[in-house]
Amino acid sequence: MGYQQPVVNTSPEVSDEVRKTTCYMCACRCGINVHMKGGKVAYIEGNRDHPVNKGVLCAKGSSGIMQHNAPSRLRAPMRRVGPRGSGEFEEISWDEALEVAVAWLKPLREQAPEKLAFFTGRDQSQSFTGFWALQFGTPNYAAHGGFCSVNMAAGGIYTMGGSFWEFGQPDWDHTKLLMLFGVAEDHDSNPIKMGLGKIKARGARVIGVNPIRTGYNAVADDWVGITPGTDGLFILSLVHELLKAGRVDLDYLARFTNAPCLVNAAEGAEKGLLLRDDDGKPLVIDRATGRPAPFDRPGVRPDLGATLDRDGATHRTVFQLMVEKYLSPDYAPEAVADRCGVPAARIRAIAAELARVAFDEAFEIEREWTDFRGEKHARMIGRPVSFHAMRGISAHANGFQTCRALHTLQIVLGTVEVPGGFRFKPPYPKPVSAHPKPHAGVTPGQPLDGPHLGYVTGPDDLLLREDGSAARIDKAYTWENPMSAHGLMHMLISNAHAGDPYRIDTLFLYMANMSWNSSMNTRGVIDMLTDTDESGEYVIPRIIYSDAYSSEMVAYADLILPDTTYLERHDCISLLDRPICEADAAADSIRWPVVDPDRDVRPFQSVMIDLGARLGLPAFVNEDGSPKWKDYADYIVNHERKPGIGPLIGFRGKNGDKVGRGEPNPDQLDRYIENGGFFEAHIPPHAAYYKPWNAAYQDWAVALGLYDSPQPYIFDLYSEPLRRFQLAAEGHGDRQPPDHLRQRILDTMDPLATWYEPDQTGNEGYTITALTQRPMAMYHSWGSQNAWLRQLHGRNPLYVSSKIMREAGLKDGDWARVTSPHGSIIVPVMEMAALNDNTVWTWNAIGKRKGAWALTPDAPEATKGFLLNHIINELLPRRGDGLRWANSDPITGQAAWFDLKVRIEKAANPEERTECDPAFPPIKSPVGTGPKELRWKVGR
Amino acid sequence: MTQLPAKTERKLGLVIDLDTCVGCHACVISCKGWNTENYGAPLSDQDPSGANPRGTFLNRVHSYECQPDDGPAQLIHFPKSCLHCDDAPCVTVCPTGASYKRVEDGIVLVNESDCIGCGLCAWSCPYGARELDAAEGVMKKCTLCIDRIYNENLPQEDRVPACVRTCPAGARHFGDFADPESNVSRLVAERGGMDLMPEMGTAPVNKYLPPRPKDRIEDKAATLETVAEEPTGFFAWLDRALDRLPGGPTGNRTQKETETL
Repeated sequence: MGYQQPVVNTSPEVSDEVRKTTCYMCACRCGINVHMKGGKVAYIEGNRDHPVNKGVLCAKGSSGIMQHNAPSRLRAPMRRVGPRGSGEFEEISWDEALEVAVAWLKPLREQAPEKLAFFTGRDQSQSFTGFWALQFGTPNYAAHGGFCSVNMAAGGIYTMGGSFWEFGQPDWDHTKLLMLFGVAEDHDSNPIKMGLGKIKARGARVIGVNPIRTGYNAVADDWVGITPGTDGLFILSLVHELLKAGRVDLDYLARFTNAPCLVNAAEGAEKGLLLRDDDGKPLVIDRATGRPAPFDRPGVRPDLGATLDRDGATHRTVFQLMVEKYLSPDYAPEAVADRCGVPAARIRAIAAELARVAFDEAFEIEREWTDFRGEKHARMIGRPVSFHAMRGISAHANGFQTCRALHTLQIVLGTVEVPGGFRFKPPYPKPVSAHPKPHAGVTPGQPLDGPHLGYVTGPDDLLLREDGSAARIDKAYTWENPMSAHGLMHMLISNAHAGDPYRIDTLFLYMANMSWNSSMNTRGVIDMLTDTDESGEYVIPRIIYSDAYSSEMVAYADLILPDTTYLERHDCISLLDRPICEADAAADSIRWPVVDPDRDVRPFQSVMIDLGARLGLPAFVNEDGSPKWKDYADYIVNHERKPGIGPLIGFRGKNGDKVGRGEPNPDQLDRYIENGGFFEAHIPPHAAYYKPWNAAYQDWAVALGLYDSPQPYIFDLYSEPLRRFQLAAEGHGDRQPPDHLRQRILDTMDPLATWYEPDQTGNEGYTITALTQRPMAMYHSWGSQNAWLRQLHGRNPLYVSSKIMREAGLKDGDWARVTSPHGSIIVPVMEMAALNDNTVWTWNAIGKRKGAWALTPDAPEATKGFLLNHIINELLPRRGDGLRWANSDPITGQAAWFDLKVRIEKAANPEERTECDPAFPPIKSPVGTGPKELRWKVGR
Repeated sequence: MTQLPAKTERKLGLVIDLDTCVGCHACVISCKGWNTENYGAPLSDQDPSGANPRGTFLNRVHSYECQPDDGPAQLIHFPKSCLHCDDAPCVTVCPTGASYKRVEDGIVLVNESDCIGCGLCAWSCPYGARELDAAEGVMKKCTLCIDRIYNENLPQEDRVPACVRTCPAGARHFGDFADPESNVSRLVAERGGMDLMPEMGTAPVNKYLPPRPKDRIEDKAATLETVAEEPTGFFAWLDRALDRLPGGPTGNRTQKETETL
């Protein structure tokens, strides 16, 4: 008898239909194919045609079916009936919910619009939510960038008109050496994995700089287990080595940066600013003539090494100042090695390797291009070294300057916007001058006087009231943090509770878990949210919250506006906002309801449109007062920010044949759906590199509508806006900082990238840095405790270096007390060897509060999971001056999460312990808990 | 006791690149999604919102710390699923014939209608690659997505296992090890592909590519030659270096000026 085996049906039907939309399991925004069976979601996979993920999909995206059907979904609008924090709600109708909201908000708009603070935890429809807040007239609007990674954004914009993250990416096709700083995971999560796979497949190498060797750092060929907060010092030591060896790209620096620009050396109010001609153009010495000339004059050959004697002062170039600063022995590898935790030999080796690959492996692409001075170049010169960085370097109080230092490094190597290096993604490059300035001009009953968030260029742009106090509730754009381009969401509740700078009436939050993992000082914030004044009223009188899920924040709101899941809504991932472009293409995309909600929930943006019309916000109503837009889909198609410019660039114009600029097309969303949910406009090959200086790119960007006229610029290795704040601190100008901030401004706002130690007030005796990371399977993921993902990461030990384990007498599974200057927690520990000796860390936001997310109260997330947030304060320890010093970068206000210092000891009575400390009482779940078993099969 | 085929026509399987796997678990969840909805019983989850959530997975990623003799500790992400062994003990131990190895492609499958859930196969598998589904009482294992790889309802390029299609880093490769020219055979040859626990005598089809050597930069990098220790020396070097830039030398580069521009 022969071998017998069953017959298997190898060609079953996969689905009835595939609907192509955009993932929202994190901020990566991949294209997904949603396979439908009988009108239900059966399976989700990546869309192969999509510019972001090209078919692949991460664990989060692949678990979308669990998120979409999660038992934690909110079901209907709710009004609080018990005390705040009790979780006691009654379900109400949408009409009633919206009437309540209007009754609260309308009087505020008419009398004091700033008493509404509207903040969104998710910032992916920021151009829309910001527009709504602007129309309402409150200055108190921002998204979560201030507690996330504004240093990364602002450090890049102020230095080179763009950043890592979603502003740009390594040239994956050509790079031969990639250096990662502080990257556990990134918004660009799938593209980074795809890129790493690509470069590893061809044998290119990766250096990972991170105190923790997980994920990308685990696959890095070389790991630099740096001491947290010293990245800037390490980077400037690399710059020191490169300068000392003359291994810098002088031609690139002379042509494309302000390194050759002359710095005013004359004493007075202009000292340290760039010398300019009568047209305001920075001056260089032209090597062709030896004479001063504007930097951008056709034919000019800027001289990096010249000086200009004028009126008794010798003005030198930015490059000369850089050489003097960075050649200082303070930046020598031996001088920084101990502090950085990186041996000097390794620093020197990395510098040598960077130089070798950048210069000795340089290559050329035969592609003509013309620069902004009109000079034609026959080819493009590739320097195949690239860099990428994320929160690890930015979430320190020196993060802004550290990001600037990293950009300085890649600029002196000549690797930005060249083949093999770092490449911008449209709408970047975009210099500070092409961004708006911040606005806070309030007129009751009227819109704000301009966009909330922007880029300041000096003290005149600060948002201060006449008495010098902050115009915004979060104190963004004040002397405490002048360049706070994303606001300071982590100070919102603290300031509102303190009435500093003023009291507000209504806090309106969207997808922001401020009573849990999105706040520093979680217990303190809970107390602030529930605190009452002498009359028994809540200090923060009203809280409106919108979320799709039963998160910890729900219990602390008075009115709940339940959102849909991402598969039930329209969205646009817009070039007005944070698009999905690639270095070779502008791209945007949509979400659309692939299924209808089966609960009484509504898409958040459509609710805001309804609310805007009910409040009579000018841009939300027609002249007769009727609603201007039916819903968000209608807005996406028909809203024009400027004539012809709307949220989506594709299929514009009556016939849908216009790209970028064109009148609204009523069929636009259908065309996007036919096209797989996205649109791409490719950059012509001769415009694809050297974008800030490439005339062809500039013309392409204007045609697409990214700007209205070409905006070429040179990189600001030397930042005049920073210098202007120093000048004020030195006493120049009418707008003067308070005396207690003068020295800090002088110390931190160096116009050249610098390193300083973050404020260590109160840290005596706390020698261990405590960090968090998000696991790849949950990064930036809202409601990551879905049935499948929580089986991957359902608890989070504190990972402790072998050295600290030994010193503290700890072994795996022990309970340890972790104490910071602010407080202490008791948590389980696990040894990790691939970790900086003086560092501990844990996965962030695994810990959940009992009763939230439809989990049972004994879920490991609620018993063994914990947050470091409890021991991080939003304020630095008191120093007896009566002032509230934010735990933030003094330049941008970025929350300094990773400056946390702790000490560790074995916890007492471990045998009695079953849960982490602090343990909070359960909150009542508005949705109950999930089922006991899942046997999920749609197509049975 | 169930027989193995004497020889299979093809040897389909996976190459998993441990140098590239970042441990993101995309393959784990994509597998869960496809195989919950497709071949056989769904992969169930017990207590999915509770204290001890545990479900059936056909593929899991484990992470191991390794301490080399010199150099810092390393973290290796190690995805593991059925290796579709040529000498699969899970097949020969099966009392009902439910477990079998396909003669045409070497895929090891469980015929769920014949499976009595006795668990012998899971006990015999040295890799722990089989999981008994608690809800259905049948043994679940990697099918190499047999309902994808030949599926005429899928475009040709999608006829690969779900884990391979979804892997963002491209660390998973699918192909025929019986063909020495296949992508997987070439990768194994070029990168020193290894069997997992060869001493067990299971002759696994799947192969692992080992991590490349790490933390060697100090041995490999050249030394930078110093042109100047201090700014003064640097500026002298700079003058010479600038003269070599396109456009050639310049004369006196200290511009003295008293007039206003």
